[in-house]
Amino acid sequence: MCSLPVPREPLRRVAVTGGTHGNEMSGVYLAQHWLQSPAELQRLSFSTVPVLANPAATAACRRYVDHDLNRTFTSSFLNSRPTPDDPYEVTRARELNQLLGPKASGRAFDFVLDLHNTTANMGTCLIAKSSHEVFAMHLCHHLQLQYPELSCQVFLYQRPGEESYNLDSVAKNGLALELGPQPQGVLRADIFSRMRTLVATVLDFIELFNQGTAFPAFEMEAYRPVGVVDFPRTDAGNLAGTVHPQLQDRDFQPLQPGAPIFQMFSGEDLLYEGESTVYPVFINEAAYYEKGIAFVQTEKFTFTVPAMPVLNPAPSPAS
Amino acid sequence: MTSCHLAEAPIKKVAIFGGTHGNELTGVFLVKHWLENGAEIQRTGLEVKPFITNPSAVKKCTRYIDCDLNRIFDLENLGKKMSEDLPYEVRRAQEIYHLFGPKGGEDSYDIIFDLHNTTSNMGCTLILEDSRNNFLIQMFHYIKTSLAPLPCYVYLIEHPSLKYATTRSIAKYPVGIEVGPQPQGVLRADILDQMRKMIKHALDFIHHFNEGKEFPPCAIEVYKIIEKVDYPRDANGEIAAVIHPNLQDQDWKPLHPGDPMFLTLDGKTMPLGGDRTVYPVFVNEAAYYEKKEAFAKTTKLTLNAKDRQ
Repeated sequence: MCSLPVPREPLRRVAVTGGTHGNEMSGVYLAQHWLQSPAELQRLSFSTVPVLANPAATAACRRYVDHDLNRTFTSSFLNSRPTPDDPYEVTRARELNQLLGPKASGRAFDFVLDLHNTTANMGTCLIAKSSHEVFAMHLCHHLQLQYPELSCQVFLYQRPGEESYNLDSVAKNGLALELGPQPQGVLRADIFSRMRTLVATVLDFIELFNQGTAFPAFEMEAYRPVGVVDFPRTDAGNLAGTVHPQLQDRDFQPLQPGAPIFQMFSGEDLLYEGESTVYPVFINEAAYYEKGIAFVQTEKFTFTVPAMPVLNPAPSPAS
Repeated sequence: MTSCHLAEAPIKKVAIFGGTHGNELTGVFLVKHWLENGAEIQRTGLEVKPFITNPSAVKKCTRYIDCDLNRIFDLENLGKKMSEDLPYEVRRAQEIYHLFGPKGGEDSYDIIFDLHNTTSNMGCTLILEDSRNNFLIQMFHYIKTSLAPLPCYVYLIEHPSLKYATTRSIAKYPVGIEVGPQPQGVLRADILDQMRKMIKHALDFIHHFNEGKEFPPCAIEVYKIIEKVDYPRDANGEIAAVIHPNLQDQDWKPLHPGDPMFLTLDGKTMPLGGDRTVYPVFVNEAAYYEKKEAFAKTTKLTLNAKDRQ
């Protein structure tokens, strides 16, 4: 994976994708709106392409038709020979890879912003690959500084030895916005408006970078996954209980060993048996029941982000 | 003479339906649990049967397979000739009707509780189909009193055209139990606890009733449906405005003419018109986007129930 460590030229090719999951409505409605009226996405030094990532799932108001699109951007799916029986999302992933990638090539888009909602109480969560993605880290920091009242948390998804599989990994730099809680299939005005404002600020940041703004080094705190915990299940694999009231809605808050995590239908509490404090996220996300995940365990860590190179101010592109 | 709908004989058979909508999980899991261990729903002298009404939709964790099971228990659908070509839910409706109905029949179920969730902020809600059903008014009064201070609202769907043919309507005493807010496909412990309590109090009432306990005349406040309001849409039928932040999550609260109702995607506020205060319910329910319902307007009124004599 040869994503460049940090951009040394202005970012010219930017895309915002909504409807990667067809029932996460903030991104669906924003993408559909921008496809009609793209003006608010334009900036002096670059333009942004809006994309409705999963049109068939969006039309059916479902997360996916055959296969989770946001798990389909691995080289195995992208590069294997197309067949007529390919799942809808595999074909679509290849199309998006043509449009926004190809992944890990020099022709890929400079930046892709992917819009998501969660049923979990994750507030405003910024999802990037790793602390080594200098541009994405500066962008996250910028959003945190612009909107201190939102308490934006940064979640870094890459696990050692694992290939990235999400849509924004096809571009040279990527970020996902994950806003919740919002039920699937529901469009809340407050979350929609927050998503729209955040997108505008992301584009403003790219413009600032392109115009030669200096972004000095800083320290950042983020969360990275260390494991997942499934629901308690019966021998047949059905749910035997659900997330305990003391864990429900407490995303990003510390979970200590011995604290209750599940409440069984028969009444008992199940306690957390890990050895150290973790920070659960995606607590009781609807789409994760079928993935066997009641919550994702993360650890909090701090790291230094080096300064970004300062560009010579960019002229407006001819296009 | 006004008809009284008082139960004169003891209640014998009660059903508790879950999974009428396969992604409304509280009812699904309560019923599945009670099928394994039904101790908590047993009462002396009463048969209480938990039952999953739409197992295929439950398996796929979707509201329905072909059509909404909770809208098709009308005579036309129940009377169609059984065939593999019929929508799954129509075939299922006929099976359910044969198992639990017909209404008022010898072996039919007297009471059906149908368990639902909503993405709307409606809290604990009881749904009443007939304003003259004194037995249910007494039951609802008992449930509300027992749950207090936890609020419990009564939604009356009696209306010449807006009332719909529910799964539970095949029983003499149909009771809708709706608890929210809960996303589709999510099971929250707090919502489970609330629904569980509603059922417990309902079964306790039936037991007291059967034992001959006196229930003096009572009154309950109910919210009666007036009309349904769709989202403003553009020329292509796409939604052009969302529930305004001031109305979002404000189910059961008064909405006055001039109060914000919708917010367009361009940021303009659209206020409630007309000249009377209404009480919105099912505000921003996920399943109602396709039914073209952003919320339902209700009016508040009081229903009285006589005592049992």
